[in-house]
Amino acid sequence: MRTLFSENILSPAPTPVPQQNPFELLFPSTLSNASSSASVQSSPNQHEWLTQHWQNQQRAENDATNYGSTASSAPLTRRKGNPKLLFMGLRKSGKSSVQKVVFQKMSPADTLFLEPTTRIEKASLQSFVTIDTAELPTSLLASPPELDHHAVFSNMGAVIWILDVQDDYLTSIASLIETTVFLAEHYPRINIDVFIHKIDGLSEEYKYDTFREVRQRVQDELSDVGHADKSVSYYQTSIFDHSIFEAMSKVVQKLLPQLPAMETLLNKLCSTCRIQKAYLFDTSSKIYVATDASPTFLRDYEVCSDYVDVVVDIKQIYGWQQRDKTQAVEDGGEIGESMVTCDHSGDTYIYAREINDHLSLLCVMGKGSSADKRVLIDYNVSILQTALVKVFRV
Amino acid sequence: MERSKRQKQRKVLLMGRSGAGKSSMRSIIFSNYVAKDVRRLGATVDVEHSNIRFMGNLMLNLWDCGGQDSFVESYLSNQRSHVFTSVAVMIFVFDISSREAAADLLSFASTIRALYEFSPGSKIFVLIHKMDLVPADQKARVFQQKAIDVRTTCEDEGFQSQQVDFWATSIWDQSLYKAWTQVIYFLVPNASAIEDMLRRLADLLDARELILYERTTCLVVTHITRDAEQRNPYNDRFERISSILKTHKHSMAKHTGTMASEVSFAELQIKTGDFMFFITRLTENTNLAVVMPSDEASFNAARVNVQLARREFSHLDIVEKRGKDVQRQGKDGPALEEVRMADDGEASSSGRASDR
Repeated sequence: MRTLFSENILSPAPTPVPQQNPFELLFPSTLSNASSSASVQSSPNQHEWLTQHWQNQQRAENDATNYGSTASSAPLTRRKGNPKLLFMGLRKSGKSSVQKVVFQKMSPADTLFLEPTTRIEKASLQSFVTIDTAELPTSLLASPPELDHHAVFSNMGAVIWILDVQDDYLTSIASLIETTVFLAEHYPRINIDVFIHKIDGLSEEYKYDTFREVRQRVQDELSDVGHADKSVSYYQTSIFDHSIFEAMSKVVQKLLPQLPAMETLLNKLCSTCRIQKAYLFDTSSKIYVATDASPTFLRDYEVCSDYVDVVVDIKQIYGWQQRDKTQAVEDGGEIGESMVTCDHSGDTYIYAREINDHLSLLCVMGKGSSADKRVLIDYNVSILQTALVKVFRV
Repeated sequence: MERSKRQKQRKVLLMGRSGAGKSSMRSIIFSNYVAKDVRRLGATVDVEHSNIRFMGNLMLNLWDCGGQDSFVESYLSNQRSHVFTSVAVMIFVFDISSREAAADLLSFASTIRALYEFSPGSKIFVLIHKMDLVPADQKARVFQQKAIDVRTTCEDEGFQSQQVDFWATSIWDQSLYKAWTQVIYFLVPNASAIEDMLRRLADLLDARELILYERTTCLVVTHITRDAEQRNPYNDRFERISSILKTHKHSMAKHTGTMASEVSFAELQIKTGDFMFFITRLTENTNLAVVMPSDEASFNAARVNVQLARREFSHLDIVEKRGKDVQRQGKDGPALEEVRMADDGEASSSGRASDR
């Protein structure tokens, strides 16, 4: 039987892929455990083997994920495969925290106890759209041998640079420029996103000023080195509220080729059903993969994300019978849905509907969507559902 | 005078040493604070009174008494009779992380001595608070030890053991709701009448579970669980639902820009392949959460039936209308009136069943 939000959400977070990391040896790390690096750097054959090893692993992972998720069964070419993200930034800027909070559902308060990352941490979010993330321990300098760069960057969709705004961010900006120049020259198709992070520590007046200043600086320096046309996106983020999820959603959306199709479908739905704002949520990570064209406020995202929590919790409490029975996979039949109605007018306030095991549609409804219109809304949403399933089967 | 007959004022004392957590608990339960917000609270000066209306002609008169020694001295001496007369419930809060356990117990002993003088029949709830500071493996042992110590003190002062209840609480999880739910349940005067009516309603609806909770505090007043649901592995689900709903209220308040206390929804529905769930208003101050098996027809029938059942339940909730009070002056005492209405409720709801 179909359930509103499947039990995949309740399963433990995906663990990072444990591996003998070949790159541990090669990056000139400023940490002390790079002592073994010097001896192995010389021979190009070594690099070749490492590159091969990396690519074999990637292929194996993609096979595994393709087997696991019926939604994204695309071949291993860039932009058609799974979105791949790489986190970069200076030390203690917050890369591991962001990864853990967004993808492994760690509580933000617990990230204080994370240890500094020494190796490349890879993780894969097994969900609607499988997202592979990797994190480099320190900033990457452009000088070391090229081959390892190729192996790391050739499959990347986006590089996320985390800039700690509470620390001295000028050095971070300098490294960011170096990396951007390097990537623009060698891998021009990689998106670059800058998270202006730890913004919760600043007071209201300074938030926007700092944001603007960082943005201005980076733009100026890029145009100085001649890459003014490279488009870089900037987001204000903090792990202590929903802004990090919103930023991550936007980053992932840029990597999904099906995005225009989804957006058009959502726009159509919103105009016919008088929906104020619609989100397609990835239920386990609470990242939204698409939204309609109306202006996005963080408030709408927050209320929808909290509502997902409510439904998941209640589903966990009362869905215990399903877990006791043996797992029989039945297709079709029950569709899960939920709604909250406003007090005075009888209008629907929030409407949630399951699309498939990982994806849900959440709408903040506008005025005029009262109970008698429910039937029409249900009908429209089921059409949307079949359309979305078809879009992702291609 | 008539109003005080209709609306029973129950006096609840909230006492404990300074910094034990009394005002924090009170603000989380009754004033829609979130656990993080309580850091802002300062020391309570003398007594803070709050009047909280609950269903079933219950008006809680909560006395949050400052715990600093000078205030406690004054309660025990010059304000003794004023504070301790006609107390229905005394909630005493112990801070488990306090280093002066002996002094705490002494202060407790003198307080309940005064209580015994003026209200010997009152009920005592002892809350062992800040349990989140105790390592998980020691929680049970520490709690038991404290409970034994306190119980001996109570018996020394003359209270029977059934007059004293112990609960372990912490503002960071749902144990807080569980303890306060017990307090409220004790205070609601016609709890058994409510439960009877709910049980009949549950049989009519063929529901898995019915939960009646108070709207502003999200505290569960009572619940009816039918056979299949007894095997639910989550025994603490009522407190969980309290905290889930409270967080939901806060998030809705943030979105609509209103105060958390004014936010309420008309209905919340969740339908899955496994169960169907809806929450709707039952009386002026309470909401009813209904868990049904996964069947569209019985779900919609349940919604209609609950709408119709509202009238019967409204008699249990006293709405403060001056005109009505004057009218009711001539009738019998409140107790008889309620019984009659309960009978009416029985007749009408079985009438509904036959209509179905």
